[in-house]
Amino acid sequence: MIRFDRASKRYPNGREALSGATFEIREGEMVFLTGRSGAGKSTVLKLIALLERPTRGLVMVNGCNTAALASRRIPAFRRQLGVVFQDHRLLTERSIFDNVALPLHAAHAPLKDIDKRVRAALDQVGLLDRAQALPLELSVGEQQRVGIARAVVVKPKLLIADEPTGNLDPALSMEVMGLFRRFNEVGVTVVIATHDIDLVKASGLREIIVADGKVQDPATEKLVVPSMEAER
Amino acid sequence: MSGWLLRHVQSALFAAGRLARAPVSTAFTVLVIAIALTLPTALALGIHSVRSSTGEFANAVDVSVYFKRDVPIEKARQLAASLRQRSGIARVEFIAADEALKQFREQSGFGAALDVLEGNPLPHALDVRPKTDAADPAHMESLRRYIAAWPEVELVQIDSDWVKRLNAILDLLRRLVLGASALLGVGVLAVVGNTIRLEIYSRRAEIEVTKLVGGSNAFVRRPFLYTGLLYGVAGALLAALLAWTALQLLDAPVARLAQSYGSSFRLLAPGWRELGILLGVGALLGVLGAWLAAARHLARIEPRS
Repeated sequence: MIRFDRASKRYPNGREALSGATFEIREGEMVFLTGRSGAGKSTVLKLIALLERPTRGLVMVNGCNTAALASRRIPAFRRQLGVVFQDHRLLTERSIFDNVALPLHAAHAPLKDIDKRVRAALDQVGLLDRAQALPLELSVGEQQRVGIARAVVVKPKLLIADEPTGNLDPALSMEVMGLFRRFNEVGVTVVIATHDIDLVKASGLREIIVADGKVQDPATEKLVVPSMEAER
Repeated sequence: MSGWLLRHVQSALFAAGRLARAPVSTAFTVLVIAIALTLPTALALGIHSVRSSTGEFANAVDVSVYFKRDVPIEKARQLAASLRQRSGIARVEFIAADEALKQFREQSGFGAALDVLEGNPLPHALDVRPKTDAADPAHMESLRRYIAAWPEVELVQIDSDWVKRLNAILDLLRRLVLGASALLGVGVLAVVGNTIRLEIYSRRAEIEVTKLVGGSNAFVRRPFLYTGLLYGVAGALLAALLAWTALQLLDAPVARLAQSYGSSFRLLAPGWRELGILLGVGALLGVLGAWLAAARHLARIEPRS
């Protein structure tokens, strides 16, 4: 589903955020991306979501070489993946329903489907009864669940999340992780960037560690990561 | 209703809703557009009025023939009759000297002064109107020479000069209005473009999120184009109202002024055709202004996470 082959990203200011990253995530996997803030986790996610293109190397996402994709095809590319943000990025003046419906409108989904699919997505995150509320009327945990509903409403094959539990207490974090696992169980590939090591360890799922712009993936490189490299 | 149409209706309603939520700034923008559109509209209507009221003589070029003072009335009438036989002549009106004096006395207000004169200073005269197909300069010139060759004729005058001059002035004015309209049109583009630009930046977060979830540039642009369209149409409607009001206010004074010159000239109220043109121009300028702003500024907003 995702393959990085010696992928590097150097920003115009000269900083190399990622150098020679090589790893692979197969379809249907659920993977954690860990590492310090600024280590390059977000860069990996940006390269997957095509917010950035690699300066060197190859990034393949769902059979598509992101470096070679024409700009006008980027919207269609983004529509096939769901993205969840730490600050959830909801539109504060629109209702929960309209926020979740936005990707469907952008995809020109038939209008009669939109209502049905938005309700299904809100039901999955347990917020169907808040459909007409505004984002700021919801708690932080609920807002994050709305963000997840918006990401999954297009039924993506790939779901990526940047620090989805960053602002949540442990109980809420567990709840949100439970949601991701449920989507993974129905076949969605899930990639979550987090620095919540406890959560990762408790899950027992695969972990890809990003440190100083380098990727250490025990599954790919059979490397043992020194514990001091891990977060905290 | 097809999905495509419904989507556009939704975009239009959404844009209208946004404008309605900021009534004061919307009203000011619409007012500026309306004023820019009213000026050329009013001028064009004024010129149109003058043109259509002079239209009936614009092509009718009369020839005035003045006989020598000592030509007897019978001889003059006889010449008039012979002129009526000539081809290319639509009408010959004979104006006897006494009749002309009587008219002049009545209309000029110099009655008392004319009493001082001994006898009638005016000659007999003819008002000759050529047929329309014989009113071109070459025919007119040959007619003038033909009449001027008669020994009884003092002066032959072709009356088309003032019509030509009026038409030339109207033409000049029309070009000035066109030039002013073009400038004001650019002004409308700038006003709409700038308003849309500000709106794009105030909705930056929304645009970024929309692009993040896969909204194409066309999808992101659409509500802004509708906003521009609504500005343009609203401005044009207000401009029509302003122009119509101005004409209503000016109509009576203009009619009085025209009447004092013995003319029945009236200003023409804008009709459906004029309203249609105005709305079309407003809509076009609105959409174009929004398009230019969107093309320039939307591409610069790319999502960052």
